[in-house]
Amino acid sequence: MRIIVCMKQVPDPEASSSGIKVDTETKRVIMPQGSPPVLSPYDESALEAALRIKEAQGGTVTVISAGRNLAKAVLRKTLAAGADELILLEDNAFERLDSYATAHLLAAAIREAGAYDLILCGRQAADTNAGQVGSGIAAILKIPVMTAACKIEMGAGKVQVERVVSDGYEVIEAPTPALVTTSSEVGELRYPSLKSVMAAQKMPITVRNAQQSGVDVARLTRLNVVSLSAPPGRKSQGRIIAGETPEEAGANLALALREARLL
Amino acid sequence: MSDYKGVMTYCEIGEGKLTSIAKEALGCGRRLADDLGQELCALLIGSGAGDPAREAIGFGADKAYVVDDPLLKEYQTDAYVSVMEKAVKQVMPQILILGQTSVGSDLAPLLAFRLDTTASLDCVGLAIDPDTKLLLRVKPVYGGNAQATFSSDSLPQIATVRVKVMSPLAPDTSKQGEVIPIDAGLDPSAIRTRLMKRVKEEEEGIRLEDASIIVSGGRGIGSSDGFKQLKELAALLKAAVGASRPPCDNRWVPSNLQVGLTGKIVSPDIYIAVGLSGSIQHMTGCAQSKSIIAINKDPKAFIFNQADFGVVGDWKKVLPAFRDKLKELLAE
Repeated sequence: MRIIVCMKQVPDPEASSSGIKVDTETKRVIMPQGSPPVLSPYDESALEAALRIKEAQGGTVTVISAGRNLAKAVLRKTLAAGADELILLEDNAFERLDSYATAHLLAAAIREAGAYDLILCGRQAADTNAGQVGSGIAAILKIPVMTAACKIEMGAGKVQVERVVSDGYEVIEAPTPALVTTSSEVGELRYPSLKSVMAAQKMPITVRNAQQSGVDVARLTRLNVVSLSAPPGRKSQGRIIAGETPEEAGANLALALREARLL
Repeated sequence: MSDYKGVMTYCEIGEGKLTSIAKEALGCGRRLADDLGQELCALLIGSGAGDPAREAIGFGADKAYVVDDPLLKEYQTDAYVSVMEKAVKQVMPQILILGQTSVGSDLAPLLAFRLDTTASLDCVGLAIDPDTKLLLRVKPVYGGNAQATFSSDSLPQIATVRVKVMSPLAPDTSKQGEVIPIDAGLDPSAIRTRLMKRVKEEEEGIRLEDASIIVSGGRGIGSSDGFKQLKELAALLKAAVGASRPPCDNRWVPSNLQVGLTGKIVSPDIYIAVGLSGSIQHMTGCAQSKSIIAINKDPKAFIFNQADFGVVGDWKKVLPAFRDKLKELLAE
């Protein structure tokens, strides 16, 4: 069993919204000081799913990530958590990869990496929220894809997933090799022990630049960023209802809503 | 713009009728088609998809293409994507609009890559650039902390639109339009992903999407037992129960109750957020509510920046008193 997990480094989505600035000139988001990048949470769930399959059925887990200025300490976390191999595609040319270029870049790296049974990706990245790379890789590699899985089970020559739909969930199945994108319900990535963090420091990493990746990302970029702006805010009244005790505040809230003719 | 012309809207069908997102997407598609001075067509896929095709014309389409096949009774990725690929190659629209639903978000990216083009998902605004005539795709990025506008000259230009953002047209039942069948031409060997079963997991009472009042709980509720209290309040107010991501991840409530960027987008009159910090990802799902009411013990919680009414305090103490007082007032 070989599982490949595609993971993206993103600005911390848990960083306080008030500290995030939008630079409309350069069309960039500026994160607050002292907010290091993290692995996209949905991709972390994908890795967790891979590690659980590895534990249950044996096999290896290969993590592939693409980008510019990849923080090795952040990405080594994947090895500490239990991945066996880490391949980084890193180049200044990879700063603004769109979904089309990313999928082609990752698909080329997966082909290079050899045979696999399952590819896992997060359902969407926490920064671009594009939600396309997984499906793109599957289309390029001509393998089946199942998106936004909340549960994954490997069978003999097949993979079965549960997927949330508006009025419940559905169970779908595909023959392997297949690609599955994961939703947060799969679970949070385990916390590695200090020992495995230390061991991960000594594990080799494969790093390839644009030329070595053999993919011309400039030619493969399809999406043009026309503008980037601050989000439109919600106009709120912001009335805080007080009371001597929490119980009194609760009763006062009911009175205030009645007075405002809301309820 | 070569041979590509017109706007196509993929219309999801639910229980034999056009879904509300299909009507919204048609309204949006009509506006774009008018701006381009071109036609709007609807694409319907299913088993017995003929009646909703007439409905799609009433909601703005000039004509409707229908792919009707027993194999298409339920949504299955491979079957639907191959049918759509065939239809798009035949009709060659310049723009294709879908709804950002569990179907649209699954279909659009795969279709885009199969057609060697690129899609933009979860758009909150679509417009035609007056100079380039390209589709401008406005969507939230960085979890809603910024809003980006994208364009692409890859054709067809594909976008999904967020639920409840676009306005549907008032239906015109007298409007005439051609309904054109397209043969599914499904190759069974190309269908690799298979639907094994579909399980309804609906809570009793009012659906989140239809509710005019929603009582929603966050991480602070702490357990599925805690949600029982929210359900009691919801029953009193004839409201639906919702949740942010942590209660769903912890299985305190089913995942289809999730409100937010990766859950449902709701726009009730009143949204009561209990023990919920109001992350921007969650607020994406409820910011369109007319009034937001927050109960949270942390005075610095982001939800208070968004709320119209708030109480700072432990919900376990605030909520029962709030409910009892409401019961008293509602009985008057």
